Amino acid sequence: MKEYNKVKKDKKPLIAGLIFGIIFGFLLQKGGATKYDVIIGQLLLEDFTVLKIMLSAVVVGMTGIYFMKSMGWVELYPKPGSAGMNIIGGLIFGAGFAILGYCPGTIAGAVGNGYLDAAVGGLIGIIIGAGLYAAVFSEIKDGILKKGDFGNITLPELLKVNHWVVIIPLCAAIVLFLYWLETAGL
Amino acid sequence: MGWLTEAVWSPYAVGAGIGILSWFTFLISKKPIGCSTAFARTSGMLEKIFRGGKVEKKEYYKQFKPEIDWEWMLVLGIIVGAFVSAVISGDFELVWIPSKWSSAFGTNVVFRVFIALAGGIFLGFGARWSGGCTSGHGISGTLQLAVSSWISAIFFFIGGIITAFFMFYIIGMWG
Repeated sequence: MKEYNKVKKDKKPLIAGLIFGIIFGFLLQKGGATKYDVIIGQLLLEDFTVLKIMLSAVVVGMTGIYFMKSMGWVELYPKPGSAGMNIIGGLIFGAGFAILGYCPGTIAGAVGNGYLDAAVGGLIGIIIGAGLYAAVFSEIKDGILKKGDFGNITLPELLKVNHWVVIIPLCAAIVLFLYWLETAGL
Repeated sequence: MGWLTEAVWSPYAVGAGIGILSWFTFLISKKPIGCSTAFARTSGMLEKIFRGGKVEKKEYYKQFKPEIDWEWMLVLGIIVGAFVSAVISGDFELVWIPSKWSSAFGTNVVFRVFIALAGGIFLGFGARWSGGCTSGHGISGTLQLAVSSWISAIFFFIGGIITAFFMFYIIGMWG
């Protein structure tokens, strides 16, 4: 019985993950972010759907999560980083983003949407790419990945200010940028 | 309930929805939304089929165990959720070649799949190198104001914009 309860307890987070994923996938598809044409349109600066989705998620998510953090309801999980990790890895990711036309989350949505180039080509490629990284990881972890290491710091910690001092102007800047996009007809 | 079957929602409504969804992943699952470690774990699980338990001794797979976890189920859920949304709005279609691709690079399926595979390799490699993807860094990390995520997200787009312009305006113009 004890064993059974343990298994049951371990399954709960997986079921929660699945449910969150279903909602996330539903939203991505409704936003058009599961489509190659929309993603490439963003990278060619013709269609700003992807940035509109991301930036409005950041404004809403950030405000709520920092509020919940100040109430002591949630913790933050900022990822550690370095110039070597985030700049070089970011550029490699960016090249793949444009060559493939999907990202790791939206490709799952593209598969659900019926896009076979995503299911047959891209999905397998991402798994191979992640496997190749696992193969080289021990070679690079003490070298290039450590270059310009700054740990898991956040912007308010870096600037040594209260988080709302960053959040309020940032939200205002994002809203202004989105307003400008709309008035420019993008 | 007609809005559920509409083919496209406003990107602002979708973005706000994702923002609210992330409140709940932090509250209930104590995790930010992210996708790319699921691919690393899958790769480890596949390698395990061929090479057995040795795989778990690889340093990277000690950090990201080759097993099904919360994030793996999240990615599986994305496939299901997008499928449901596409089907109920009549937007589901089996397509090999997206129209923007064919207008620049033609309608050869093998070529498109080959390039998608190559792009995927860069994407998977780069995501693990930078420690996240457009979801993990681009949304969840930036909304936590993580410095690593802001730098990554900016370079995702710099790399993506340069590569896309090169593909569509230089290579695509030749073809």
